[in-house]
Amino acid sequence: MTETPKGRVLPVTDLSLVVLIGASGSGKSTFARRHFRPTEVISSDFCRGLVSDDENDQGATQDAFDVLHYIAGKRLAAGRRTVVDATNVQKEARRQLLDLARQHDVRPIAVVLDVPEEVCAERNATRTDRADMPRRVIQRHIRELRRSLRHLEREGFRKVHVLRGVAEAEHATVVTERRFNDLTHLTGPFDIIGDIHGCSAELEALLGKLGYVDGVHPQGRTAVFVGDLVDRGPDSPGVLRRVMSMVKSGDALCVPGNHENKYGRFLKGRKVQHTHGLAETVEQMEGESEEFRQEVREFIDGLVSHYVLDGGKLVVCHAGLPEKYHGRTSGRVRSHALYGDTTGETDEFGLPVRYPWAEDYRGRAAVVYGHTPVPEATWLNNTICLDTGAVFGGKLTALRWPERQLVDVPAERVWYEPVKPLRSEAPGGHDGRPLDLADVHGRRIVETRHAGRISVREENGAAALEVMSRFAVDPRLLPYLPPTMAPTATSTVDGYLEHPAEAFAQYARDGVARVVCEEKHMGSRAVALVCRDAEAARRRFGVDGPTGSLYTRTGRPFFDDGTATEAVLGRLREAIGAAGLWTELDTDWLLLDAELMPWSLKASGLLRSQYAAVGAASGAVFPGVLAALEGAAARGVEVGGLLDRQRERAADAAAFTAAYRRYCWTTEGLDGVRLAPFQILAVRGRSLAGLPHDEQLALLDRLVEHDGTGLLQTTRRLYVDTADPESVRAGVDWWLEMTGRGGEGMVVKPVGALVRDGEGRLVQPGIKCRGREYLRIIYGPEYTRPDNLARLRQRFLNHKRSLAVREYALGLEALDRLAEGEPLWRVHEAVFGVLALESEPVDPRL
Amino acid sequence: MFLTISTTGTPERPATDLGYLLHKHPGKAQAFSTSYGTAHVLYPEADEQRCTAALLLEVDAVALVRRGKGKGRGGAPDAALAQYVNDRPYAASSLLAVAIGAVFSSAMRGVCGARPELPAQARPLRVEVPALPARGGPGLVRRLFEPLGWTVTAEPVALDTEFPEWGDSRYVRLVLESESRTVAEALRHLYVLLPVLDDAKHYWVAADEVDKLLRVGEGWLPDHPEQKLITSRYLSRRWSLTREAMARLELVRLAETDDSEVEAIDNAVAAEAEAEEKPTPLAVQRRDAIVAALTEAGAARVLDLGCGEGHLVQTLLKDPRFTEIVGVDVSMRALTIASRRLRLDRMGERQASRVRLFQGSLAYTDGRLKGYDAAVLSEVVEHLDLPRLPALEYAVFGAARPRTVLVTTPNVEYNVRWESLPAGHVRHRDHRFEWTREEFRTWAGAVAERHGYDVRYVAVGPDDPEVGPPTQMAVFTRNTHTNEKEAKAA
Repeated sequence: MTETPKGRVLPVTDLSLVVLIGASGSGKSTFARRHFRPTEVISSDFCRGLVSDDENDQGATQDAFDVLHYIAGKRLAAGRRTVVDATNVQKEARRQLLDLARQHDVRPIAVVLDVPEEVCAERNATRTDRADMPRRVIQRHIRELRRSLRHLEREGFRKVHVLRGVAEAEHATVVTERRFNDLTHLTGPFDIIGDIHGCSAELEALLGKLGYVDGVHPQGRTAVFVGDLVDRGPDSPGVLRRVMSMVKSGDALCVPGNHENKYGRFLKGRKVQHTHGLAETVEQMEGESEEFRQEVREFIDGLVSHYVLDGGKLVVCHAGLPEKYHGRTSGRVRSHALYGDTTGETDEFGLPVRYPWAEDYRGRAAVVYGHTPVPEATWLNNTICLDTGAVFGGKLTALRWPERQLVDVPAERVWYEPVKPLRSEAPGGHDGRPLDLADVHGRRIVETRHAGRISVREENGAAALEVMSRFAVDPRLLPYLPPTMAPTATSTVDGYLEHPAEAFAQYARDGVARVVCEEKHMGSRAVALVCRDAEAARRRFGVDGPTGSLYTRTGRPFFDDGTATEAVLGRLREAIGAAGLWTELDTDWLLLDAELMPWSLKASGLLRSQYAAVGAASGAVFPGVLAALEGAAARGVEVGGLLDRQRERAADAAAFTAAYRRYCWTTEGLDGVRLAPFQILAVRGRSLAGLPHDEQLALLDRLVEHDGTGLLQTTRRLYVDTADPESVRAGVDWWLEMTGRGGEGMVVKPVGALVRDGEGRLVQPGIKCRGREYLRIIYGPEYTRPDNLARLRQRFLNHKRSLAVREYALGLEALDRLAEGEPLWRVHEAVFGVLALESEPVDPRL
Repeated sequence: MFLTISTTGTPERPATDLGYLLHKHPGKAQAFSTSYGTAHVLYPEADEQRCTAALLLEVDAVALVRRGKGKGRGGAPDAALAQYVNDRPYAASSLLAVAIGAVFSSAMRGVCGARPELPAQARPLRVEVPALPARGGPGLVRRLFEPLGWTVTAEPVALDTEFPEWGDSRYVRLVLESESRTVAEALRHLYVLLPVLDDAKHYWVAADEVDKLLRVGEGWLPDHPEQKLITSRYLSRRWSLTREAMARLELVRLAETDDSEVEAIDNAVAAEAEAEEKPTPLAVQRRDAIVAALTEAGAARVLDLGCGEGHLVQTLLKDPRFTEIVGVDVSMRALTIASRRLRLDRMGERQASRVRLFQGSLAYTDGRLKGYDAAVLSEVVEHLDLPRLPALEYAVFGAARPRTVLVTTPNVEYNVRWESLPAGHVRHRDHRFEWTREEFRTWAGAVAERHGYDVRYVAVGPDDPEVGPPTQMAVFTRNTHTNEKEAKAA
């Protein structure tokens, strides 16, 4: 503890629990105010006030400390430094705080204000609320404090600053220190290298392949070693020499593995068993100089259990680390970083059974680690194990960050016989283990890259959970759900509720010059995930058997029968292959957004109970009505207006029946089933949601051309320039012509696909413009009657539009997460969000 | 929304007396405004021999939907139920009954100031309703009208003549003929039986409906052989509607998203579940078998996974050996019914502290389910698509890992013994599969093997020597080897 004329400098770790210790009146609150942010400080007086309306109510002390501990716990869990402003002169009070620090894996730091009794008494006397505090209370405080002083470090405080006297307390300054493991300011790029175990030749080969020249990368990349440099292999000293020199020159970082740790203990003269390859290291190191051994000892001693790098996006440690330990400092954090978590069991080879912590991992930071030899490094829940068993004859693997690219070199030979065979997959890998309810349950907020935070309400999540659990396809084969789409603004054109002029005008206002009008196929929305073969499906989606999926807007399989799904996928696969898209898009799977026809295939229940029923009832009733009115008219009863009106109603009802019939036809197996793909959503490693629609349609046209089975159907389209009245008129005419022939209508989309307006907000990805006849199915047979239309024009689109954009952003997010190989739960979270939002209350006719 | 009443007559008793009886002049077309649109009364024919009165209700479909629309976002909370595509403007539903009550109120009461003797006289009557929605079909129509002295013709209307494979609609063309009924009786019969046959969801039914039913049913309803059905259908539609609708709105919207009927997804609970039905003997035997197995295992803290309407939870609560009972279901509706059945809101604190119900899903692992003595999956697995079964297996046996797991499921071999079950049919329409004993044991054995459990099988219900019992139960017990390892780990 240095002392300068300017006063003492007190280093305080940025994430720590700072415990102020001092008698009443010793100036703790003033000290806290001066050196910490007001929100960092929790005082016992304040908490007393919270629970009892009286900051000095000693009867409320127990409750007040419960509150204090609760708040402090929440702050520490969130990774925020917390200062406890209470007397803390009693050992028991401090013990509770030390427990709290331990529980949250932060460093406890004591700051003692040892101020004379007179000063305390004087200060208290000036405060009305404490003026009558008995002198003996202060005396007791000071007595207890003095008794405690010597024991503070032994109690568990990692740093103790004692400020003696008023002057020292007033002149001290606090400086914030980073944690050793906090290297968030380093952004790399990094090459993270797996367990080496003395395989010096492989290390040199890998460094060479990564572009290092004698331990230095010409582009300034930094190597990061995940530990286990030594033991078992042929040349642990060589590996140490290389790594230590790179670390020393700043070209590398290194975290300790359990093997270094053990060897370090050996070097310090502790008694350790010479098993698991330590004997080889000890023997090889005997040939080295004492000086080198000393250097190794210091090197190992100075290793920090884990590093948080690249703005918090990357965590490197030896055996993996759950999110709540990232950046934390405690014995158990170090222990997990070195050894991982074990279940306490041992397997048939006598090795400890490791707890599959990565399976539970839900953190945002990627965790790169080693320790458990696996044949292939694969991502699981944003974690990856790089120990590919170089010493056992596997390979030495590195991960390029942020490229997330794997680079490896094969082992020259089996250097050491493994006790048990390498596990066939990463811990908890693709064996179909389900997602956790905590990934989707309750009120949730999903972070999206295109529209920020999107919240899902609890009741909507509950409904989605029911549908997802009872009816949806396997979540692994459900990487996307399509968003809802808003209709065009309500038209004022005579006789029309929707008219394309409004859609063009809206995009013009949004600053979108070029739009594509795509024919709307009246069928059922379908998403198809097509893998090149079962092996590709297994590799990428972890399923055994199916080669993909075909599902509805709520994730239900289209066909109850798996062979029907496979038949459709098979035809798609043929067409994709024939069109050369596997190669061109460099992928072995494809996610398609499409419309499946006829509508009657999937909606037959609804058709019968609702649409056809209305047709049947109206068809049955009008002949009698008209006959009755005609009879009355023939008798001279004045029914002229009524009769005309009923004739019109009968005609409307007939038009309604004609409208729904257009979307129904009989199918036999797959005969008569048609699929119109209109967007390729994603392929391996890429979301195609931003690919302009003209390019999309060009790809899809080729797909349709190469389908020899009659399944695939093209989507007719017209490009419109929203600023050109001539072009807009052509768009309107196209729609009038198409809907006049009974077409459902069209969807107008910005050609650029993923487009933002002048203020940077996502514009609607599409606006539907439904045909006049088709809308009878939505608004009822008689909606076109002028008085009905006048009322129906009072419709409110804002919620629908907002919903469409929110679901769109979630859909994009799902695709991005899928493309980037993020863990299943992350993709599922966004997909689940779309389904939940679909149950929000919004006018269902829109 | 149309019906006609005709009568025939003679010079002494001219058919045009119908005009007096209905209080509507045969020479005019009259319009009356009702709550749901305009009702017109007119006479297509009116002479001594034949007189026909027609009632035409022009329903304002748009107003019907928009009625009661609130200020909330996107309109009323029940906007999802509001169908513009609605048969109400065409079919003879309760709206037509309301119109009968409004337009012919004196005639229904049998009052005729000008000709007081007329209403009490029976005369030849013919009533025609061209589009009558009839849940229960022509058979029920006959059962309802024939005991009242009508000769009934009820022809089903095809759903769509272009798609004969769709079959018949729920509408019938109804003709009633009788010589022995008065006009007032005819109107009262229609007033009650049209909505009973329609049996639709009417949020527009008034609150004083019970009184009305008693008044209008006087003289014929008490002795009607279908009195119970008539009364319950007429009255039951009221209370459940709004409440039920509220409970399942989110699911309604998800069904609409998929162009499917809400019944297709909101079917976790049988429609009749709300009424307290008599438990079937098999269900009782199943619960007895479960309680016995739980007792034998010494389980005190028990999970009922897929608790449905809470029958088993209710049974377990009666036995103080079960100190903690947790009912989990994915259906919020099932949980609401279970909570109502158990009267959770009125239960004493001590009892209430033994039971919890919450939404959960076995398609996901769930930390809340860890650490229990036993888990029961009674009639649950068969409601899952087979490919999703491994997820359930892991959630229960891999993640939650209770010491004892009971799984019951139908034995499909026994189905031949159900007389009411058509061959090849499953017992419940949401059953995705039903297993033979062999299939069940193959699955259960593999599960036990994979997760360190021992398994034995218990027959539930009469164990038929040929086809086995109706229900099969597997009792999984975590084996000692596994227990020791896990105890050591803890």
